[in-house]
Amino acid sequence: MTDTPFTVAGRTFNSRLIIGTGKYASYAQNADAARAAGAEMVTVALRRVNLSNPDEDRLQDHVSPDEFTYLPNTAGCFTADEAVRTLRLAREAGGWNLVKLEVLSDQKTLYPDMEETLLAAKTLISDGFEVMVYCSDDPVYARKLEDVGCAAIMPLGSLIGSGLGIQNPLNIRLIVEQSRVPVIVDAGVGTASDAAQAMELGCAGVLMNTAIAEAKDPILMASAMKHAVIAGREAYLAGRMGRKRYADPTSPLAGLI
Amino acid sequence: MQIILNGESRDVAEGMSVEALVLTLADDPRGVAIERNLEIVPKAEHATTLLEDGDRLEVVQFVGGG
Repeated sequence: MTDTPFTVAGRTFNSRLIIGTGKYASYAQNADAARAAGAEMVTVALRRVNLSNPDEDRLQDHVSPDEFTYLPNTAGCFTADEAVRTLRLAREAGGWNLVKLEVLSDQKTLYPDMEETLLAAKTLISDGFEVMVYCSDDPVYARKLEDVGCAAIMPLGSLIGSGLGIQNPLNIRLIVEQSRVPVIVDAGVGTASDAAQAMELGCAGVLMNTAIAEAKDPILMASAMKHAVIAGREAYLAGRMGRKRYADPTSPLAGLI
Repeated sequence: MQIILNGESRDVAEGMSVEALVLTLADDPRGVAIERNLEIVPKAEHATTLLEDGDRLEVVQFVGGG
């Protein structure tokens, strides 16, 4: 069985793994990890130019926008207004309409504020943005975000940077079943099996940062994640066997001595 | 005259353009966006937009993030 390509907002990608560019030891290590992950899309943040050190290493000199599709985020935004302002600046800086919207609620959990997120999504979409949206794993809000025109629904597996995996696989599956746009698990992946689980649930892709950046060997973990996403996708397409309560012998019973 | 640049007070020459200001901050102005008094200044208008006393400027670029 051949897979359909991963398409979001009319753009087609071979890789279903999107990675972040935060928390790495260096931008050079970040670029090596992105290549080892086979990633084609990377999230990036927008921040003030450092006035005290204008010669600071720049992201784009290592993780080039010519090699990777930049997905500007709104990390650190706690209101719809801040998120919209940030992404308008990102569009001016890079010229990209495809963005990752996230509006957070509090520093302790970084849980998405869905009311503000929906408000920001509406404003951005009417302003011509293609919005991939970080959201809670609430199927009702996921549907609302899709209804206003979001290009991808990206529910959390668990809290950002927690590495606790997919805490509510049932909700992720409900969102996958109801959505006509790609569903991407964003946040919470801790290790390769979490990424495979997201794909086995039928997600179109996985987005992660800390699981790779904070691994003892980020390059090796990036490679592990690449394989996990492929394995999970193939397992989903293959269709898993049914679950049984008791053993079912693998070897024939006939001809026993 | 005084402007507020990325939250810091700074002395700049009278009539300085946004373009001239950006060149003092980054040798490669690609990938940089400017907001002046909460309004984006498009790249095409950097050369013709002159700073005024009390302007609040934000100069931003892409950095690593998740």
